[in-house]
Amino acid sequence: MSSPSRPLVALVGNPNTGKTTVWNALTGNHARVGNYPGVTVERRVGLMAMPDGNGVDLLDVPGTYSLVARTREEQIAIEAVLGLQGQTRPELVVVCVDATNLERSLYLVLQLLEFGIRVVVALTMMDEAGASAPDADRLADKLGCKVVPIAAHRRKGLDGLRAAVATTLKAPTPAPRWVWSPSPSLRGKLDTILATLPSGWPSSDATALWALMSIGAEDELLGIPAPLREAVAIDDDIAKPLDDEAITGRYRWLDAEIHPLVSTPPDRRKTERLDRVLIHPVSGLVVFALLMFGIFQALFLGADPIITAIEDVFSWMGDGIRGALPVSVFTDFLVDGLVAGVGSVVVFLPQILMLFFFLGLLESSGYMARIAFLMDRLMRTMNLHGRAFVPMLSGFACAVPAIMATRTMERRRDQILTMMVIPLTTCSARLPIYTLLIASLIPATYLGGWLPVQALMMVGMYGFSIVSTLVVAWVLSRTVRPLRAKRLPFVIELPPYRLPIFGDVVRMMLRRAGNFLSDAGRIIVVGSVVLWALLYFPRPDAATMASWRTQMAASNPGATEDADALERSFRLEQSYAGRMGQAMEPVLSPVGFDWKIGVGIIGAFAAREVFVATMGVVYGIGGDVDEENPRLRDRIRAERHPDGSVVYTPLVGVTLMIFFALACQCMSTLAAVRRETRSLAWPTFLFGYMTVLAWVVSLIVYQGGRMLGLG
Amino acid sequence: MPSLLDIPRYQAAVVRHVGGERSFRRRIMEMGLVPGTTVRVVGVAPLGDPLTLELRCGQISIRKEEAGVVQVQS
Repeated sequence: MSSPSRPLVALVGNPNTGKTTVWNALTGNHARVGNYPGVTVERRVGLMAMPDGNGVDLLDVPGTYSLVARTREEQIAIEAVLGLQGQTRPELVVVCVDATNLERSLYLVLQLLEFGIRVVVALTMMDEAGASAPDADRLADKLGCKVVPIAAHRRKGLDGLRAAVATTLKAPTPAPRWVWSPSPSLRGKLDTILATLPSGWPSSDATALWALMSIGAEDELLGIPAPLREAVAIDDDIAKPLDDEAITGRYRWLDAEIHPLVSTPPDRRKTERLDRVLIHPVSGLVVFALLMFGIFQALFLGADPIITAIEDVFSWMGDGIRGALPVSVFTDFLVDGLVAGVGSVVVFLPQILMLFFFLGLLESSGYMARIAFLMDRLMRTMNLHGRAFVPMLSGFACAVPAIMATRTMERRRDQILTMMVIPLTTCSARLPIYTLLIASLIPATYLGGWLPVQALMMVGMYGFSIVSTLVVAWVLSRTVRPLRAKRLPFVIELPPYRLPIFGDVVRMMLRRAGNFLSDAGRIIVVGSVVLWALLYFPRPDAATMASWRTQMAASNPGATEDADALERSFRLEQSYAGRMGQAMEPVLSPVGFDWKIGVGIIGAFAAREVFVATMGVVYGIGGDVDEENPRLRDRIRAERHPDGSVVYTPLVGVTLMIFFALACQCMSTLAAVRRETRSLAWPTFLFGYMTVLAWVVSLIVYQGGRMLGLG
Repeated sequence: MPSLLDIPRYQAAVVRHVGGERSFRRRIMEMGLVPGTTVRVVGVAPLGDPLTLELRCGQISIRKEEAGVVQVQS
């Protein structure tokens, strides 16, 4: 990742200390992006210009409170600062220390110093600290490293920080301020541990202490060799006093040395006043509900005109190309495959940009932590994280941005469980299908004279989706091993409320959108082209078409207006997708579907709402129909099986809606899961479990309904 | 000895012992809740759980179940 000629400097800090702002300000946001090994966390390295005209590589390490690790995500910090798992070892670590929360921020600095790492402290939030701000020079004296007060968003103190980094790079490694002195009875144990450390790990008591505190029966750490695991195995009655000794020891030092530097406690009145409203049992929930409603409306309705505009632009481009090129297979490929495929990627951008803008505001204002706090009681009954609320709510607009938003949770298990249930929420692409089927098949009568049955059906589908999302989350978290809910400690920081830094929010939003285009976008374009080919090839030869035309003319004299649409229907029937639909009939008929519905389901894989247009083609009305089209509705009501029985009974309509509610008929969702998990296994699992669930529930509904004489 | 659940809201108390499972106690102690630290319970979530604690210079939130194993002296 980093260039061998430039020194590597790591940037670490507690969450909410303004680390991202510092990184952006120092590097100008030009990053080389990779991944930390074995985890889906971005590893960003940027070039930081130095006073002497050279540069250093600045590595952004995810925010952490401690170097001790139990989960894979927590392990990133120790690996990054020590250069483990094949990474370059940084020559210096810049630590962002929140001036309003000195002791806790400096706990991390003490740990770094114990490892003999060169440290420069960037003192952030100085203006907020006001009178309680410590004197930087006295703090530097205490810590034995340079301390530079900065205000990164106003570009203050950055040159001082660069100069401090330059000087410290040339300085010898500092002596640690607090040193763990293990009891003599532990000495033998420590020597065994040091003897089993993998090469490249620093052989010091600090490393042994890290291993003793981190490695245990239930950890999820990577790259810990078995002998080391054996060497650190200790009983709880030794382990707990050891934890106490190390943690309490560091805080004692901080209480004695650092606490006197803070003359008055920082002013938290602003945050306390806001919290009195924002986490109040009544007003807190009201504000929360209003905020969530606003975000949802923006995604659901606000994005709509932009999405329509994008769709118009792409169909205009398609028409232009079709007008300019001769009629050929290649032109069809270009317009219906490629341009339409690229269009189906770009339409996601408005919602992705909006959602990440909101997430950025929620996160950097400090409100996201309050959401986790407010929602924890509710979400944990399904073993979901409180922070899963916003992504799941967004799922009711569209699963793709919602899946990307699961990054707001740090633990992979929480992320993946949320991703596995988001596609069950009623996204807006399902609505055209529901509208078409309800309007065509459910009688427009009133229950008890005043309750409209059609509207009730729509509300029922939303209710069904919410219940199935929650039930499936609960079941998955109890059955699927990697998703199983361990008793994970819930400790969250409620940071002070702060004004978001607009530039940082926008940069993060654009970065996420870029990730989507370059990564998931490619899969979606390829998938669109493949689907187009399935619905297009093989083309019947001229002789087949000619005989079909004569047959049509003979059986249907005079009906010329729909010749084109009927021809497209015939071609679709002959296509691979058409044949697949027919081949699928043995699994379709038990749930009440015929092969034509099967073709619609295949077409809907591009995006669920495409089901409507595909059915338009299947029924010879043409692909240019929407769910309001009266001819399509009539055609659906009139459709008969070869034996003359009605295809779409109301029961079939309900079953088909249930199928679409539960099935993962959306390749973009799968592409997004592939991108976020960096695995093929999770999207495969998602598609598999949802398809099986959809089919089984459809079977129960359809066969059960028939037994009750409902159709 | 009383736990965090037993002291009235807003009343300062001093942590004496952190019990519970190892990963929880390690995490919460690393966030500054070590024996000798003064702490106050300052809020309860609208649904009755979790709690907000004020300690040192910041606020953290833990669940009631876990607050019950933090022993304090008021």
